[in-house]
Amino acid sequence: MTADILIQVLVSGLLIGLIYALVAVGLTLIFGVMDIVNFAHGEFLMLGMYASFWAFALFAIDPIVALPLTALLLFAVGVIVYQTVIRRILKAPMLSQIFATFGLMILLRGLAQFFWKPDHRLIPHSLVSGNIALGPVQFGLPQFVAALGAVGVTGALWMFLHRTRLGTALEATAIDREAATLMGIDGQKMFALAWGIGAACAGLAGGLIATFFPIFPEVGSNFILIAFVVVVLGGFGSVTGAFLAGIIVGLIEVLGGFLVGPEYKTAIVLSLLLVVLLVRPRGLLGKA
Amino acid sequence: MTTGTNSSRKAMGTAALLALAAVLPLAITEPSQQNFLILMGAQMGVAWNIVGGYAGQVSLGHAVFYGIGAYTSTMLLTVLGLTPWIGALAGGLLASVFALAMGWPCFRLKGHYFAMATIAVAEIMQILVTNSDFLEGAVGLYLPMDRSGWGWLIFLSKLPYYYVILGLLVLTVLVSWAIERSHIGYYFRAIKDEPEAARALGVSLTRYKLIALSVSAFLTALGGSFYAQKEMFIDPGSVFAGTISIKIALIAILGGVGRLTGPVLGAVILITIEEYSRTLFGSTGSGTDMIIYAAMIILVAVFSPSGVLGLLGDLHRHLGRHLPGAKPAEAKTSAKEIRP
Amino acid sequence: MNTAPLLAVDGMGKAFDGLIANRDISFVVHHGEIIGLIGPNGAGKTTLFNCLAGFHTPTTGRIAFEGHDITGSTPEAAAALGIARTFQIVRVFQSMTALENVMVGAMLRNKRVAEARDRAEEELAFVGLSHRADTPASDLTVSEQKRLEVARALATEPKLILLDEVMAGLNPTEVREASALVHRIHQRGIASIIVEHVMEGIMPIAHRMLVLDYGAKIADGTPAEIAENPAVIAAYLGE
Repeated sequence: MTADILIQVLVSGLLIGLIYALVAVGLTLIFGVMDIVNFAHGEFLMLGMYASFWAFALFAIDPIVALPLTALLLFAVGVIVYQTVIRRILKAPMLSQIFATFGLMILLRGLAQFFWKPDHRLIPHSLVSGNIALGPVQFGLPQFVAALGAVGVTGALWMFLHRTRLGTALEATAIDREAATLMGIDGQKMFALAWGIGAACAGLAGGLIATFFPIFPEVGSNFILIAFVVVVLGGFGSVTGAFLAGIIVGLIEVLGGFLVGPEYKTAIVLSLLLVVLLVRPRGLLGKA
Repeated sequence: MTTGTNSSRKAMGTAALLALAAVLPLAITEPSQQNFLILMGAQMGVAWNIVGGYAGQVSLGHAVFYGIGAYTSTMLLTVLGLTPWIGALAGGLLASVFALAMGWPCFRLKGHYFAMATIAVAEIMQILVTNSDFLEGAVGLYLPMDRSGWGWLIFLSKLPYYYVILGLLVLTVLVSWAIERSHIGYYFRAIKDEPEAARALGVSLTRYKLIALSVSAFLTALGGSFYAQKEMFIDPGSVFAGTISIKIALIAILGGVGRLTGPVLGAVILITIEEYSRTLFGSTGSGTDMIIYAAMIILVAVFSPSGVLGLLGDLHRHLGRHLPGAKPAEAKTSAKEIRP
Repeated sequence: MNTAPLLAVDGMGKAFDGLIANRDISFVVHHGEIIGLIGPNGAGKTTLFNCLAGFHTPTTGRIAFEGHDITGSTPEAAAALGIARTFQIVRVFQSMTALENVMVGAMLRNKRVAEARDRAEEELAFVGLSHRADTPASDLTVSEQKRLEVARALATEPKLILLDEVMAGLNPTEVREASALVHRIHQRGIASIIVEHVMEGIMPIAHRMLVLDYGAKIADGTPAEIAENPAVIAAYLGE
């Protein structure tokens, strides 16, 4: 393996890893704040992709331009999901919690299939298309822009969590819910906010990859499992951990696919989950 | 109401359902695809319920056991010429061993995370099988067409298959019933309710969770072998797919987890919805069936964690309260609200 | 029966991430003794229970039960040896009836369901809950749930029972009933260690009292001695 190819592989891994990080930060935020794993998180990403698609198909708005809209829309979806379903199962037995978000996953997939058909769709000729060559290394402009966007969004989220009052309250709730409640932070508001932001992050990831990834009702299933691996590796509830772990998972996926064979890349990433569970169950930056 | 009458009522209900299923083909003589789907679904659901319902360890990767069953009996038949009577048994045992191996790391995880890990394991397995030359990869395996009869469990008509799956369902229900009535069933429910308290009473969590998963895996694998025998063709997509895992869990959840007859009811509901939405809205993949049963699951999760059976029970109590001569509802001081 | 004390704790300590919850605790419990374990909030009483019952592994020291080293054993092993416990925040099996809850305990010694049921009925009668046998555990009052936990623990046929605040939140009549129950447990030859804040419940019945403060044992003696111990008075006044 020459150095050029290695660099090429690492760059591809980094680019996709940043997207995984963006999907996973939302998942880990929701988990941290309320101890619920959102099985429907991949479906938020799917909705983000369809939002981009229809903005493009109906109004000729480019996915990149439509990003703020996508984010707002998905934020609303997240809050609505919280208010209608999740709020009612906060104190329910764990089984009900699993079934509720699992049911949401099926429901959103079903709705997408019903309204938008199971066909694979693509957004042709987006503003960002074509390749960039940096010396010997080549990569798609859409992938590059998407990764850049992912860094921007994750960075903005980090700033929000650490530099604003509201964000600090949210982060505090994620770190120690009971202590946060004692400090007078309104749990309900934080929970709704976490779902809104979590869904918006997934939706933004969907909007960012819509320029180069096929769009179909089940597209979320590809991402939810990987996002779960990222969350476990990063440490449940840790946004910074998820960001680092996303990059690591992206690199391992592309490198593993390159060394073992692309058909095994998902299996390799999922095996990583089992390894982390056996060796370091709390992940990179998780609380014990 | 004592537990004794409760469980004998359950047993009677199940017996009645099974008797109905046994008489049905005599009336129809030609079992429909829907009859098969319901029985197969019920069998998988009852098997899942042992670990997901009684023991409360939600597996969303049960297709891995289904696939192991289907592939083991089929490979033993095509390669070694072994009868599927033995092949299915071997598949069941292999699935149990696999369950022990996967349960050991995964049971360190609680609840949601265990469920996610099972999805991952099933997904890994599907990828490995799809890329295995030995198992004919994505191409799939055909069962030999040159033999038939009870010795080979291959039949030219549908009716014998109907009795085989009925028998398998009865076996699965009986195993489940025996577990429910034995100390193991009590331990499962204790682990599901309060794992720490169960440990304090001498219950080994790992041991009993592994028992639950391996028994469930064994029975699920038998279902997989039956699928192969009936369809005469298997590929990773038809027996290892994530959608199968989801369906197995859905059936039990819809009907009511942790109850003997819940999954049977769940299968009837789920398959009927599926078939009606198919005939009503035409081609498959319209998503209407998914929408309907997802909506049902969410309703069940939010309003009645014990499934449609629980919902019926609540309704029954609710109506009973307003009927003349009904006993007034016992005044209850629930401790739940008081708990910190 | 060997001559070793029922329970011997020797220099036991427990720390969580550097936070010391128990330090250098030593005491013995003899067969059938009633020990009161008291101390201000956060003194480490529940941590001590968790170490004795196998829920925590002590960081230092040794715990011996009938002469066998059980330091760092699992809760299920401790239960099998004869250490039973209740929980400060009740943990009854919500989906089961009161009787079924106790049956799970009885199954430790006898896996036959019918026999476990007979045994459970006896224990329910012992704690005075026979009339609630077929009531779902979730429908019992907190006071009933606490008694149910005692019955469940007794059904495992322990030699030592750890009772964690069984009297908290009870009215004076119920406290007297609970004291009487502890005394009847003693009459069966079962030793008990009782964490309690309700002094009027524990002082009259305890043979000996252990007092913890900031994770360490500050006193060990008869209730009368403890009541006059300056260190104990200081600990409680300083709270």
